[in-house]
Amino acid sequence: MKRNLNYKPKLSRNISNRLLTLISGIFASIAVLPLVLVITYVLIKGGSLINLDLLILEPQPPGDDLENAGGIGNAIVGTFIMTGIASLISIPIGVGGGIYLSEYSKDGTFSRFIRFGTNVLSGVPSIISGVFVYAVIVVSKVIFGSMFSGIAGGIALSILMLPTVIKTTDEGLKLVPNDLRNASLGVGASMFTTIVYVTLPASFRSIATGVVLGLARAAGETAPLIFTALFSFYHITSFSDIFYEMSSLSVLIYNFALEPYEAQNELAWAASFVLVIILLGINIISRLISNLASEK
Amino acid sequence: MTRSPENSHECDVSVSLQNVSISYGKIDAVRNVYCDIPKGKVTALIGPSGCGKSTVLRAINRMNDLIPDCSLKGRILFEGNDLYAPEVDPVEVRRRIGMVFQQPNPFPKSIYENIAFGARVNGYKGDMNELVEKSLRKAAVWEECKDKLNQSGYSLSGGQQQRLCIARTIAIEPDVILMDEPCSALDPISTLKIEETMHELKKSFTIIIVTHNMQQALRVSDMTAFYNAEAIDGTSGSKVGYLVEFGDTELIFKSPSEKATQDYISGRFG
Amino acid sequence: MASNKDFLLRNRTRPEKIIDKGFKSLTVFMASMVAFVLISILLVVFFESTEAMARYGLKFLITSDWNPVTDQYGAFTAIYGTLITSLLSLVIAVPLGVGTAIFITENFIPESIKNIIGLMVELLAAIPSVVLGLWAVFVMEPFIRPFLSLLYKYLGWIPFLSTEPIGPGMAPAILILVVMILPIITSISRDSLNQVPFKLRQAAYGIGATRWTAIFNVILPAAISGITGGVLLALGRAMGETMAVTMIIGNSNNFSWSILSPGYTISAMLANQFGEADGSQVSSLMYAAFILMILTLIVNIFAQWIVKSLSLKY
Ligand SMILES: Nc1ncnc2c1ncn2[C@@H]1O[C@H](COP(=O)(O)OP(=O)(O)OP(=O)(O)O)[C@@H](O)[C@H]1O
Ligand SMILES: [Mg+2]
Repeated sequence: MKRNLNYKPKLSRNISNRLLTLISGIFASIAVLPLVLVITYVLIKGGSLINLDLLILEPQPPGDDLENAGGIGNAIVGTFIMTGIASLISIPIGVGGGIYLSEYSKDGTFSRFIRFGTNVLSGVPSIISGVFVYAVIVVSKVIFGSMFSGIAGGIALSILMLPTVIKTTDEGLKLVPNDLRNASLGVGASMFTTIVYVTLPASFRSIATGVVLGLARAAGETAPLIFTALFSFYHITSFSDIFYEMSSLSVLIYNFALEPYEAQNELAWAASFVLVIILLGINIISRLISNLASEK
Repeated sequence: MTRSPENSHECDVSVSLQNVSISYGKIDAVRNVYCDIPKGKVTALIGPSGCGKSTVLRAINRMNDLIPDCSLKGRILFEGNDLYAPEVDPVEVRRRIGMVFQQPNPFPKSIYENIAFGARVNGYKGDMNELVEKSLRKAAVWEECKDKLNQSGYSLSGGQQQRLCIARTIAIEPDVILMDEPCSALDPISTLKIEETMHELKKSFTIIIVTHNMQQALRVSDMTAFYNAEAIDGTSGSKVGYLVEFGDTELIFKSPSEKATQDYISGRFG
Repeated sequence: MASNKDFLLRNRTRPEKIIDKGFKSLTVFMASMVAFVLISILLVVFFESTEAMARYGLKFLITSDWNPVTDQYGAFTAIYGTLITSLLSLVIAVPLGVGTAIFITENFIPESIKNIIGLMVELLAAIPSVVLGLWAVFVMEPFIRPFLSLLYKYLGWIPFLSTEPIGPGMAPAILILVVMILPIITSISRDSLNQVPFKLRQAAYGIGATRWTAIFNVILPAAISGITGGVLLALGRAMGETMAVTMIIGNSNNFSWSILSPGYTISAMLANQFGEADGSQVSSLMYAAFILMILTLIVNIFAQWIVKSLSLKY
């Protein structure tokens, strides 16, 4: 008996298979489309507006003066400052918490609760952290009597970063082989010494990658800033300026996108260009580094 | 080096490997295999670890297609059809040539569904209950399963899972059943049961089995193919597998024509 | 041979012990900060909203006046907007995301192209919401408006499509939400599919299943807990997403069933009004924020529970 093993294109199972493959291919193309469209538009539209003045100057009050709209210099600085404040708060606390979860806890109720809380906190909408900081810090003026301030903005951002930092630390440390820990503990090193000199360095790269990605995410956030840091048209001139309203790229984009004037809209595009370049740059570089590291 | 079965003209050839070489990426795993596997018999593939037995076995029902960079040169004929001809549908091939894997791999479904699913996929229209019972009986696992057909396939022990997988393969009534060390995870009793099953199955199927157990090869197989691996000239350490000899099991075990076979069979290998 | 005296630290010194203990306590304290922050957020939002809760009660959830002049507040428009935009965006994004994940895990295309598509989808997540909002306002919405008009023209008898699209509205907000949650769904589905053991795929193909039979009957069911968890996380994200939605949804408190009309979500309302609100408006906004928190909390906890309890054993 001669068998016919040939592919029979008319068979209904083969037709439906081809159809489904086609559909999933189309879905995949649709899924990459937004990135391509947004990036090209931001790069072309925003990129064409970039010049040195724009990167340095302060924005002028809204108006339809294309020539003298000013720049986004203070917003760039503000974004860096507030992300910096957020890092200063969330990285030590997050790494510490991650160390506790991975190195000390013994899967008891407390650590389960902390892990659960970390997951829940990472799901809290970013606007809520803005509302929270507004109620606790802005209204109460607890920080040296200042209301809307770069500090308040940084704190709001740190709430968003905290769960990311804890999770990446926890997961990064878990990847360290137990042999390494035991080797250190086995020669009589204390837990502290083991963690600081052995475990943390061994997982440094994966923790750093995760933290940097979390940082990039925070740098692009707007919602926690719009009523904590508010906005400012001026460069900071002294350290104490962090206790006053502070501008950021993301809030600038939001405010100026809604202005009816083309001059401000253009600043919003330029700021988007800068923000996207920085964030995509950080993302791609940290991915490259962690890929290179894992290939070794 | 290779011997065709002396009686190849007498009984039909089921699967014929003609100068088959298989490689993963740029690295050859097996080279230049010629072998005519007779129909309705049990053929055992034996040889040291890493010599490419599984690779050859998977090539016969095109399971290697699932491994992205695996490629094959030469021809594999199944009842005269070239399995690797461009117009051949691997799905059709696997419906005729079933496979039992080294690790038991039931679906995460009920025992009943494990068998019914394959049958349904192959368009079975008959009485499903009957088929499930018949297949489980043939695979010698009915007694253990009959009271828990609705429980997950993973509620069975490793050996029972393997027999469930054999039942699943029997249920789709292929012409050829490939078995990759089906007993490697089993205790001696389950192994014996599966061997009995194979004697039973031989009546209706062609069976090709990979085994590390010489006694098993001797007990169940009619034909034996011995594979070995040799270092490739010039490269350090990497080995390529080849077929040393192929013939009636008794002949291979009693009077092998190659020294390597002799050494391997008598355990004086390496 | 070294005598015992050469090892000065064989008996650990007091400072060393203190550092060791202190360090542990420090990490416990830092870990507790998570719980502290989470509970503070809940309590603060709750207590700030008690005034509005007392005044409007559950009527707040089902009335849609929002009038600072008469001090009448009802959040139904925003609640409806939050639910409808997030659920509809899920309806679009789930097939797209899971389909894409299947396409880049099941050997349809060479490894390098798979990785590029995967990377592009993940980079999409790196684009800030406010930039997507800007793009939606100036590029996407004008582009899709004619298509939405067609929808209205031919399907306008359906209540959900019963108004003429005039610019910003819930429909473009839904589309931008799709863009925002697509990366989550795709990358979590991709991870879950990649974790399905190879032997299960072998089992499916080994009995002669076609590719899509294997995918639908074996591979997807094995990955379903992870995928469902990812979908729920995406739902939580969509409900809480603020900036892009605020910029494109039209921020209108006039209730309409139609997704072609402008609307509101809770988060958009907060972003829009919180800065300038005072008196009982603040409390009402807090009440709305509390509702949003509870909604996202439920979804997130459910997501964690699903991942734990639905995972198949194989
Ligand atoms: N998926 C794969 N990718 C790359 N190389 C592979 C793959 N599978 C097998 N190989 C290589 O092919 C060669 C033959 O492997 P194969 O699994 O066929 O050996 P085997 O004879 O079945 O061994 P064993 O008795 O241990 O099961 C080995 O060198 C192995 O490293
Ligand atoms: Mg093998």
